[in-house]
Amino acid sequence: MSGHSTYQPKTGIERWLDARLPIVRLMHDSAVSYPVPRNLNLLWTFGGILVFMLVAQIITGVILAMHYTPNATMAFNSVEHIMRDVNFGWLLRYLHSNGASMFFVAVYVHIFRGMYYGSYKAPREVLWILGVIIFLLMMATAFMGYVLPWGQMSFWGATVITNLFSALPVIGETIVTFLWGGYSVDNPTLNRFFSLHFLLPFMIAGVVVLHIWALHHVGQNNPTGVEVKDVKKDTVPFTPYATIKDLFGMVCFMLVFAWFVFYQPNFMGHADNYIPANPASTPAHIVPEWYFLPFYAILRAIPDKLGGVLAMGGAIVILAFLPWIDTSKVKSMTYRPIARQFFWMFVLVCIGLGYLGAMPADEPYVTISRILTVLYFGFFLALALIGIFERPAPLPTSIADSVLGGSGARLGHATASEPQAKG
Amino acid sequence: MSLRLSLAGLVTGLAIAAASPALAAEGAPKPPAQSWSFSGPFGKFDRAQLQRGFKVAKEVCANCHAMSLIRFRNLAEPGGPGFTPSQVAALAASYTNIKDGPNDSGEMFERPGRPADAFPAPFANEQAARAANGGAYPPPIDMLAKARTYERGFPKFVFDIFTQYQEQGPDYIVALLTGYRDPPAGVTLLPGQNYNNFMPGHLIAMPKPLSDGQVEYPKGPDGKSPVPETVEQYAKDVAAFMVWMAEPHLEARKRLGFQVMIFLALFAGLLYFTKKKIWARLPDHASAH
Repeated sequence: MSGHSTYQPKTGIERWLDARLPIVRLMHDSAVSYPVPRNLNLLWTFGGILVFMLVAQIITGVILAMHYTPNATMAFNSVEHIMRDVNFGWLLRYLHSNGASMFFVAVYVHIFRGMYYGSYKAPREVLWILGVIIFLLMMATAFMGYVLPWGQMSFWGATVITNLFSALPVIGETIVTFLWGGYSVDNPTLNRFFSLHFLLPFMIAGVVVLHIWALHHVGQNNPTGVEVKDVKKDTVPFTPYATIKDLFGMVCFMLVFAWFVFYQPNFMGHADNYIPANPASTPAHIVPEWYFLPFYAILRAIPDKLGGVLAMGGAIVILAFLPWIDTSKVKSMTYRPIARQFFWMFVLVCIGLGYLGAMPADEPYVTISRILTVLYFGFFLALALIGIFERPAPLPTSIADSVLGGSGARLGHATASEPQAKG
Repeated sequence: MSLRLSLAGLVTGLAIAAASPALAAEGAPKPPAQSWSFSGPFGKFDRAQLQRGFKVAKEVCANCHAMSLIRFRNLAEPGGPGFTPSQVAALAASYTNIKDGPNDSGEMFERPGRPADAFPAPFANEQAARAANGGAYPPPIDMLAKARTYERGFPKFVFDIFTQYQEQGPDYIVALLTGYRDPPAGVTLLPGQNYNNFMPGHLIAMPKPLSDGQVEYPKGPDGKSPVPETVEQYAKDVAAFMVWMAEPHLEARKRLGFQVMIFLALFAGLLYFTKKKIWARLPDHASAH
């Protein structure tokens, strides 16, 4: 998609710099003249929203770190010090804690959008895998961040999750001791989690750069899944068309974000985390943050500890193989009548698993979790099989035709019944 | 389609959020919802209620429970009970045995309280508190309004996003403080146990803390307290005070929130029309069906 650069240095300084470090050219080519499919819907604004959330989390997080004390005896009170005595500390802290949740809301919309429109298919496999890596890094960052206030759920969540590694044969116990910095979750654990919680967002930012690089190399997918054929007809320049649309999506997202920060700041948290960590008292229910619940449900659905850990890890890692699991050449599920139904069932299964992850590990929840776990992995098997026999609906001949309709779209019926060869 | 999709994604994602029960009230009834002056988007504390609640907390609760996250000065800060700085200074000074030091000769010493001091805890440490309370630990009450809740269940937790109901903590505290009953037949209490209708598991170490007329409220012009001096009223007042202790910037948060929401809504509206105008520039726009 990256064609010839249209950047024209206008002033002497720009020409001088352009000959030495073409950084303005890079920014112009990737954020101004970069061609964007003209038919993108508002779901495509979530990439920009995610960049905004990452930057917001880093800014609020760096300021919070100036006031926070990573020590097992002082961490809880230092968070309360931020909430009470730091100027607008309550705002920073609620922005950061709710920001983590909103980050995951956005990333789940982004992932489901990619799955629905087949954005993982060639030539976007590397782009997709980089996204899965970002998702994994986000989970690690969020998990360690939740430990920092050193409340009851911080402590016991950390104990349960780090203990999972002990299920691994041979090296498991060593890994757990290494994570803890000792023989139980304690001050050394808090210290290393704080250090890593500060480091990982910058690693995420690095992978995000690769993610955007890959995106700009192959070009954006679009709701039809038909690749750009004529840059003039099928695309619009990123600025102002995509810029203004992304900004609009972002501000709408901020409205939801602000609603939680200012009106419901503890809605997505746990009351137990306002009780200081106490190794001698286990909470009645140890529940991870909501964004981990589907995976937590899969973990508990498997009766064997190692099996559960592998299933939970597999539930995430399998996403990286999606480009090769899905056998259909048609990208967008808009034109895949059968796969589309399976997709929506998969969404419901994920929501169901999320609900079950929050429930106690009793019947009937355990049995339902097992059924939904099978359905979760079944979706990927289904994608492999559906592509073989599914008859996709006719694709539009081009993006421009799909937008402008009329004779172009009708013409499309005749020519597009065979799946795209190039994918 | 796209809007519907993104909204559905958001709502479902958020719905999962609250599916997590932090404290399941096994076998206990759900606390009845009280009406609170600080609920909703424009909620504000009732100053008189916070002052009464402080009186209950100081005269009753603070005998066993710490509330050391609160400093005397907080009582005079905006959005709080609204005591005057001189009232706060006098209150702080009435605590004559604040431990401080070491002084120049290396000795610890006791001095009268200052507004910057934390509210003194009744016991030196958890062990001392347990020893004085038959082995049970009276938890600090400064954060309790946020640290206690009850399970809302589906679909109520989804509605809570829109109704902004988040007063599970104070509702539970009122229910607990007014929920002491004689044990039903078949339940035998061990020494140090009490029966409470709303305590998860019904057995609570704290003896019934409040009784009618126990705390004297400020008198109105007619020589009588404007609110009844009953257990229900004490419980509501002290629960409101506990919400303020747990969330001292609640008023500022909601006030700023309204300004932010108005700004974002207007900004989003302007962006929407700007976007429409910009996209209308496309040369083939007019020919589009």
